[in-house]
Amino acid sequence: MRDTVTHNLVEIRGLKIGATVFTPGEKPKDVEIVHGVDLNLEKGKVLGLIGESGAGKSTIGLSTLAYGRGGIRITGGEIFINGVDILKNSMGELRDLRGRKVTYVSQSAAAGFNPSKRLMDQVVESCLSHKLCSRKEAEERAVRLFRKLGLPDPENFGMRYPHQVSGGQLQRAMTAMALCPEPDLVIFDEPTTALDVTTQIDVLASIKEAIQDTGVGAIYITHDLAVVAQVSDHIMVLQHGRMVEYGTTDQIINNPQKDYTRALVSIRSTIHDETPSRGEPVLKLDNVSARYRGLNFDVVKDVTLEIHPSQTLAVVGESGSGKSTLARVMTGLLPLRQGTVSFNGETLPAALEDRSKEQLRELQMIYQMADVAMNPRQTIETIIGRPLEFYFGMQGAEKRARVIELLDEIELGESFLKRYPAELSGGQKQRVCIARALAAKPRLIICDEVTSALDPLVADGILKLLLNLQEIEHVSYLFITHDLATVRAIADTIAVMYQGNVVRYGPKSQVLEPPFDDYTDLLLSSVPEMKLGWLEDVISTRKMDSAGN
Amino acid sequence: MTMRIPVSALIGLTMMVFFFSLAVFAPLIAPYGIGEVVGDVWEPMSAKHWLGTDNIGRDLLTRMIYGARTTIFIASAATVLSFTLGTLLALGAVVLGGWVDMALSRFIDLIMSIPTLIFALVVLSVVPTSILILIVLMGLLDTTRVYRLARAVAVDINVMDYVEAARLRGEGTRWIVLREILPNALSPLVAELGLRFIFMVLFISTLSFLGLGVLPPDTDWGAIVKENKEGLVYGIPAALAPAVAIATLAISVNLVADWVLNRTTSLKGGRNA
Repeated sequence: MRDTVTHNLVEIRGLKIGATVFTPGEKPKDVEIVHGVDLNLEKGKVLGLIGESGAGKSTIGLSTLAYGRGGIRITGGEIFINGVDILKNSMGELRDLRGRKVTYVSQSAAAGFNPSKRLMDQVVESCLSHKLCSRKEAEERAVRLFRKLGLPDPENFGMRYPHQVSGGQLQRAMTAMALCPEPDLVIFDEPTTALDVTTQIDVLASIKEAIQDTGVGAIYITHDLAVVAQVSDHIMVLQHGRMVEYGTTDQIINNPQKDYTRALVSIRSTIHDETPSRGEPVLKLDNVSARYRGLNFDVVKDVTLEIHPSQTLAVVGESGSGKSTLARVMTGLLPLRQGTVSFNGETLPAALEDRSKEQLRELQMIYQMADVAMNPRQTIETIIGRPLEFYFGMQGAEKRARVIELLDEIELGESFLKRYPAELSGGQKQRVCIARALAAKPRLIICDEVTSALDPLVADGILKLLLNLQEIEHVSYLFITHDLATVRAIADTIAVMYQGNVVRYGPKSQVLEPPFDDYTDLLLSSVPEMKLGWLEDVISTRKMDSAGN
Repeated sequence: MTMRIPVSALIGLTMMVFFFSLAVFAPLIAPYGIGEVVGDVWEPMSAKHWLGTDNIGRDLLTRMIYGARTTIFIASAATVLSFTLGTLLALGAVVLGGWVDMALSRFIDLIMSIPTLIFALVVLSVVPTSILILIVLMGLLDTTRVYRLARAVAVDINVMDYVEAARLRGEGTRWIVLREILPNALSPLVAELGLRFIFMVLFISTLSFLGLGVLPPDTDWGAIVKENKEGLVYGIPAALAPAVAIATLAISVNLVADWVLNRTTSLKGGRNA
């Protein structure tokens, strides 16, 4: 038993965390998901935990509250907060720890707030329930925090309900809620992941400032190394519940020792060289406008674009910019209101029902969420085989041979034929969706945020695959994304969309070169860079406020 | 995959098999003829008459076995009818959408606003009662409820990306209904199937009890209760036998339905997997 007072705020020794998994048809099985992790955090410092999904970063973060999500238990090790082993605490002592000494900021603030209570009531709640101060003092603290976090009209901000503020503001309100009881340690669990890129940096900057001003210790959990590099003093890289590397932020970013860390650092370095456009455009949009039924304004306004054979057009913009609507117009799901869409030189009928089978075949689509884009009751063979059967009338052995060929192209093997989507990982699912689109031998594939739901390394693999397939199959892509790093990696031509308009359009080399218009500048500068001090540079030099404010 | 059947489902399954074999093999199992008078009125249970005799001296066990045959046959047929019709109408309405969905749904609402029993009584007082009429009437009335459930389930599935992907591929309504939506709607529907079957058993029993259901010389459990209800005043338990049978069947079917629901949702790719 060690009772020496250390100068560390958090000290974790040999932490082991287990969970029970329920595989259908088998007996419940105990597995270990964190295998002996050690961790130190000094007072007032920020530690970044980084890793892919399943690395155990959230689980470790929550363990400092002596808490595990459904079915997760701490099976070994010690966790000292201010020199006290919290795993030996009684329930009463734990209650005193949680929400007072250690607080938590979750990824989805929208799901974290009670929609029927005013923000102020929720922000001061933990102060009051722990009897730290009077309601009046707590509200004063909250207003100070609102001001510090750059929220508009801090005196009255707390009177609003969660639905009355934007996503970025809500995330900051949640930070205020965590800081209000003046804790020793705050766990930030992917606080900016769900936000638009231009909003993300404002929230990031205000979180960083609040951490520095209050001198609180923090554990910052994210899968994005560039983000964590901006806020943390030390970084710990995790993989499959084990520590891969630990060091100062400078050392991890500029001088990584382990292969895995190096892969994470160089993640955004895939760059596809722009190829000049040749031949007649595959798809051409002329002054296209469209709106949803019941709206009195256009969601897509006067858009003119071209996509050339074997080329990739990237459409970039934030959520609500109209980029997905544009895809719906092209596929005919949302008939356009004015303008024309022409494909291979002929005008496409506006509505899906009026298009010929051949026109449908040549224009395929890949979705963001691969798990809901595949029928869970069909095997991979049926999923990939159906377009072959439907468009080319292939049957039996011929069909199967082609499915296997396609599985090889997406770097999965014959063994996947009889599997169901639920048995595949996220990246494998997306690959199957790509194969399904390719099976139709299309001339154009619309890719709607196909990498956004994937871990960076997996996403990188998908992008490389798409580029390879483009060379083999001579297919064009329309790539819809909010992520400029993806655009840099894959595009030949870029269209930047803002509030339904295309604000900038041209070859990649031109669009990404100055002089920029204000919006493109904001968008480009908001992409986190793997560089120390990037955040401060950007905040001080940008010309336009993000939409989330 | 090795399958372990929980004890509760095993009990339910055994009971169900028991009842359904009674129904199927009634003429082979029954010790006497269906209308044969073999003893005194309301004889107590004995080695000769396991359940005693009924109000005019027929063997009660024989009556119960033939009753099971009629009850289970009518209830099964009506359930199959309501399920097929209700599910197909609902899935079709969802996929076609627009005014088809609107018109059909409002019409179903209209039918549902009339109490089922009253509706059935009115129809049966006009139309001559036969087993076929009973099946069609009960099936159609229950179609409304199946439609409502199936539509609610299908609306959720209809907006999934894989259905949209099928639509973009140019698939017809048939493929989308039968291959994309139906397999994913099955597990909640199967659980409901058991419940609806039991309601059908209760419904036909009610009708027979009121004298509008199965007519002599055929009999069913509801009719047996009706024939013997006077005996309860004199402490004769004959009317309780069919009541116990209905309750036992209801419970056993539900035990099985629960298991089926649990199993299908945890299947690979099930809705809750």
